[in-house]
Amino acid sequence: MTDKQTNAKGYWKENLKYLFILLAIWFMVSYGAGILFKDALDTIQIGGFKLGFWFAQQGSIYVFVILIFVYVRLMNKLDKKYGYDE
Amino acid sequence: MWTYVLVGITFSIYIGIAIWSRAGSTKEFYVAGGGVSPLANGMATAADWMSAASFISMAGIIAFAGYDGSVYLMGWTGGYVLLALLLAPYLRKFGKFTVPDFIGDRYYSKTARLVAVLCALLVSFTYVAGQMQGVGLVFSRFLEVDMNTGVIIGMVIVLFYAVLGGMKGITYTQVAQYCVLIFAFMVPAIFISFQMTGNPIPQLGMGSTLNDGSGVFLLDKLDGLSTELGFEEYTSGSKSMIDVFAITLALMVGTAGLPHVIVRFFTVKRVKDARKSAGWALLLIAILYTTAPAVSVFARTNMIDTVNNQPYADMPEWFSKWEITGLIAFDDKNGDGLIQYVADANTNELQVNRDIMVLANPEIANLPAWVIALVAAGGLAAALSTAAGLLLVISSSVSHDLIKKVFKPDISEKGELWAARGAATVAVIIAGYFGINPPGFVAAVVALAFGLAAASFFPAIVLGIFYKKMNKEGAIAGMVIGISLMLFYMLKFKFGIFDGGKSAVAGLKEDWWFGISPEGFGSVAMVVNFIVSIAIMKFTPAPPVEVQKIVEDIRIPSGAGAASDH
Repeated sequence: MTDKQTNAKGYWKENLKYLFILLAIWFMVSYGAGILFKDALDTIQIGGFKLGFWFAQQGSIYVFVILIFVYVRLMNKLDKKYGYDE
Repeated sequence: MWTYVLVGITFSIYIGIAIWSRAGSTKEFYVAGGGVSPLANGMATAADWMSAASFISMAGIIAFAGYDGSVYLMGWTGGYVLLALLLAPYLRKFGKFTVPDFIGDRYYSKTARLVAVLCALLVSFTYVAGQMQGVGLVFSRFLEVDMNTGVIIGMVIVLFYAVLGGMKGITYTQVAQYCVLIFAFMVPAIFISFQMTGNPIPQLGMGSTLNDGSGVFLLDKLDGLSTELGFEEYTSGSKSMIDVFAITLALMVGTAGLPHVIVRFFTVKRVKDARKSAGWALLLIAILYTTAPAVSVFARTNMIDTVNNQPYADMPEWFSKWEITGLIAFDDKNGDGLIQYVADANTNELQVNRDIMVLANPEIANLPAWVIALVAAGGLAAALSTAAGLLLVISSSVSHDLIKKVFKPDISEKGELWAARGAATVAVIIAGYFGINPPGFVAAVVALAFGLAAASFFPAIVLGIFYKKMNKEGAIAGMVIGISLMLFYMLKFKFGIFDGGKSAVAGLKEDWWFGISPEGFGSVAMVVNFIVSIAIMKFTPAPPVEVQKIVEDIRIPSGAGAASDH
């Protein structure tokens, strides 16, 4: 395997690791907090919001936005580390 | 009066932009030349994505569905995370014009390309008809023209800038349309939030106490009102958990697989711009999507307060105006002159179409006339921007994927450009026809378009990027079986065609597989697509070495260059 290929492989591996972590959070806030554990979380009330309901209609969306911007940052750094920046 | 002024101003802006940004080459027509900035592309994507359904219908649906409406909120935003992480950067690196382009090249097969073209046309046509209806609805209510005239005016405007400007014209008009629609959505929401809770930020107002000095939380009041009238508690909902899960998943994956959204990421310069513009797009969409559930709560509470147990004779002007359109209907069953609005169908006297909640909301809350006019302009912006994006997918599928890549590869650049314009014109006319003569199934099919996209494109694209060994046999079989299964389930459980027509649909609910509704079945069909693809792949030859090289190449962000033909 050439250096170029090793480099590409390393990059891809780290990329997959980021994807796995970010998608795990994506799953937890929406399907987890907003659906599967909604009833349990609803027993907690913050202001006028029951927590499970809040995650389903507000919280998960805020987290989604943050996730993409975190991804953008992580990948920009990764691009630099492996010399793919342009 | 205000309505004419605002709609007139916004329409002249769109036309002005169209003239300024005419497309001179196929590259400009398909991908706006490939140099759109991430923020501009984010705005255009947001407008492209937020259709008449998001602007006009969604808050209304949630107002009536309560917690169950969360499927739309999470589904239509969570899909962007998938899009940003799994699709957009790689498709940008791949650097072609259309989604069938990717499928056709990655799976080295004309059949795969044709299957993708068919899926793209099916998804886009059903979707665009819904937009034209939205245009008609706004025109007929606010400009008091005939609904058909409204659709025709909308067609002419879209035709003008989509045909003239292609993706370039569409991109910059969508930027303007985003500004119009978000302003139009936020202003009344802020007004009403302040009016009801004293908090001008709707996202917070929704969780605040009422402004009437009672100290009761708004959501608690609405829960109370709902149960009192016999509805489900607003924050609980009535769908089963598995169905909520399945619908959310189908909408998310479907969003990530919609061709008119994916192509927007071909218009930026570099891979990192594609990632960033997905972030911008979701941020800009989230502004509306976190406001919408607040609007639902305000509208629902306001509506119940205004009408329930009130004399019909005392109803405000908006009530009778909507009655004329047939979207509000009152039937005084017990003859007491009061409006009884309850869950029980036998004693309920008021029918309210869910689509009018956003449009009527400012009137219900007694907001000034210019705010009401603004909502009309915003609804039109939302419908027109999405219609234009869809028309582009349709025209490029025909001119690029069918004519250029399959039937007449030696067509000149100029010829292809004219073919694209011709296809866009035909598509507008067909869409307009369906807008004027909506087949009864349009509304139902729009929701199911996501299931179709989830069952066909998403697995094929994701496997194409993340599974180097995926071959054409696997991908084609997966797409065909996935979309057929989805179509079968839809026809069986949504239209009841195997059991004696529409009337049988309600009775079939017991037979739903795993208790999943047709709206949520796209997630099952998607899983089936993945399994079939991988199973078939194991028994068929691996893809050629060149194709595996392409996959390795799209995983690396540098050297994307401009989107090109070769």
